[in-house]
Amino acid sequence: MDELLPQIAITIVVVQILRKRLNTAKLVPDWDRVLSKIWIGSIAWFLLTFIPFLEFLSALFAEVIFLIILITLYLLRDHKTARLLALAVVPYAVVDFVSNTVETLVPWLWQKTEMFLDSAGGFSAMWMIGFGIYAFIQSNKEHKQRKLEEERLRIAEERRNRLEHLVEERTEALMQQKNDLEKALDNLKAAQDQLVQSEKMASLGELTAGIAHEIQNPLNFVNNFSELSVELANELQEELEKPVPDKNVVLDLITDLVQNQGKINNHGKRAANIVTGMLQHSRAGSGKKEPTDINALADEYLRLSYHGLRAKNKEFNAKMITEFDPSIGVVEVVPQDMGRVLLNLINNAFYAVSQKKQEQSTLLNNNSQYEPSVKVSSRRSGKGMIEMVVADNGTGVPPEVAAKIFQPFFTTKPSGQGTGLGLSLAYDIVTKGHGGSLLVQSVEGEGTTFTIRIPEKNTAQ
Amino acid sequence: MKILVVDDEQDIQTLFEQRFRREIREELFSFAFCFSGEEALTFLNNNHSEAMLILSDINMPGMSGLELLRQVRENSPEPPPFIMMITAYGNAENYEAAMSLGANDFLHKPVDFAALKHKLMEML
Repeated sequence: MDELLPQIAITIVVVQILRKRLNTAKLVPDWDRVLSKIWIGSIAWFLLTFIPFLEFLSALFAEVIFLIILITLYLLRDHKTARLLALAVVPYAVVDFVSNTVETLVPWLWQKTEMFLDSAGGFSAMWMIGFGIYAFIQSNKEHKQRKLEEERLRIAEERRNRLEHLVEERTEALMQQKNDLEKALDNLKAAQDQLVQSEKMASLGELTAGIAHEIQNPLNFVNNFSELSVELANELQEELEKPVPDKNVVLDLITDLVQNQGKINNHGKRAANIVTGMLQHSRAGSGKKEPTDINALADEYLRLSYHGLRAKNKEFNAKMITEFDPSIGVVEVVPQDMGRVLLNLINNAFYAVSQKKQEQSTLLNNNSQYEPSVKVSSRRSGKGMIEMVVADNGTGVPPEVAAKIFQPFFTTKPSGQGTGLGLSLAYDIVTKGHGGSLLVQSVEGEGTTFTIRIPEKNTAQ
Repeated sequence: MKILVVDDEQDIQTLFEQRFRREIREELFSFAFCFSGEEALTFLNNNHSEAMLILSDINMPGMSGLELLRQVRENSPEPPPFIMMITAYGNAENYEAAMSLGANDFLHKPVDFAALKHKLMEML
């Protein structure tokens, strides 16, 4: 019984050390709870030994403790320290168990083997202590290594975190950059829209300047001829008030007056035409699209144009060629607008061939067999687009004229014969009104080809 | 005094002939008309030093009035004709250009015929 107290003290210390060293709280938490209460158990055990017939428990204490430690080590058999400690403890535990058992149960054998068992106990105790120390040293080393490993892991983790942070920062910077770029793109788009708008305004400005110039001339004539007409009428009155009016003077004055009224009318109409053209410009694209037989439309306007010109000029003649792709059925267009475009292009073509015919006829000894011809054709050009082509073999235009041909008020016709709005209007109708394109190809002296390219199914406004 | 009028508007002829009908009848002035710069140059070459005064529009298709002015001053016929430029765009740029090319006077459209007549009468 006297030995029990130090045993309990050692047990409590050893168990505490084991718990800490083997990290039982974490690895085997349920069992650790048992270990943590070992002091209560020990004290209870100690008190039990005071009960007379339970005295023998005193001798069993060490065995029970060894059993608990062995269980602990068994539970932690996957850990190197635990295995080493097991190696240290098992021999002593076995020897102790055997010698106690022998001493208690077969005393006669005990007497015979006491020497041997005692020395075995000593050896195994030394083994236990030596090996235990070795285990602890190993475990220390391991512990240090683990610490080192942990430190390395921590550093790696830190580095990873730093990298992650860096990546995050970079990502954020990239996102920022992307946003900036998107913003810049939006700004560019806005600027482009603004440019387009200001281009429109500029062309409006050009248009206004053009209008001023184009309308001023006819209006000046209207003003001048009307003023003069008043003067002439006054003179006529004066002449008639004479006792003997000069009939020739009267007739001359009347001729001039009639001529002036004609001129006033002409120039008034000229100004009106310009205004009408401008109004058509402002209305371009406002009409309603309808499924239209574009081939029939082109054919109709070709005839209309030809007979119109024939009515004005009996000598005019030109070959009309049509080459329509019959597979092009109906196309969604504003029939009046597209008709106007076709009429304009066809009129221009007839004008160009008649000019060339005139040029040829003024050349002396001209034997060339010039045959004026205007060809209107249609075809599919892929991607849901169709093309209407108006080609002539007339005068053609040089590249610098072709470049300006769609500008408002640009005309090569003599003053008063063209408003210079026809092709510009046609361009607006085809591009803005029908989401298509209008192209010109021309070789000076050989002819001009205009190509209207529009989508078959029109989706433009 | 022979006056050459250069303008791409053909009706300018009728207009001048009526505006100056009395002066023409009294043979104070005689007018010639050309409807382009090119035509005017040909006329000046063919009718040497006949035209004492040239009245030219600036804005014409083909050769502009300023180009005509430059070429006339370059050819320097004797005696040097008096040249008046007319333009609808009465801007400073055209005025400077005309003056630096050797124009004697500059008129704006619409032409004030009373003032023009006054100027021409003074030159007689």
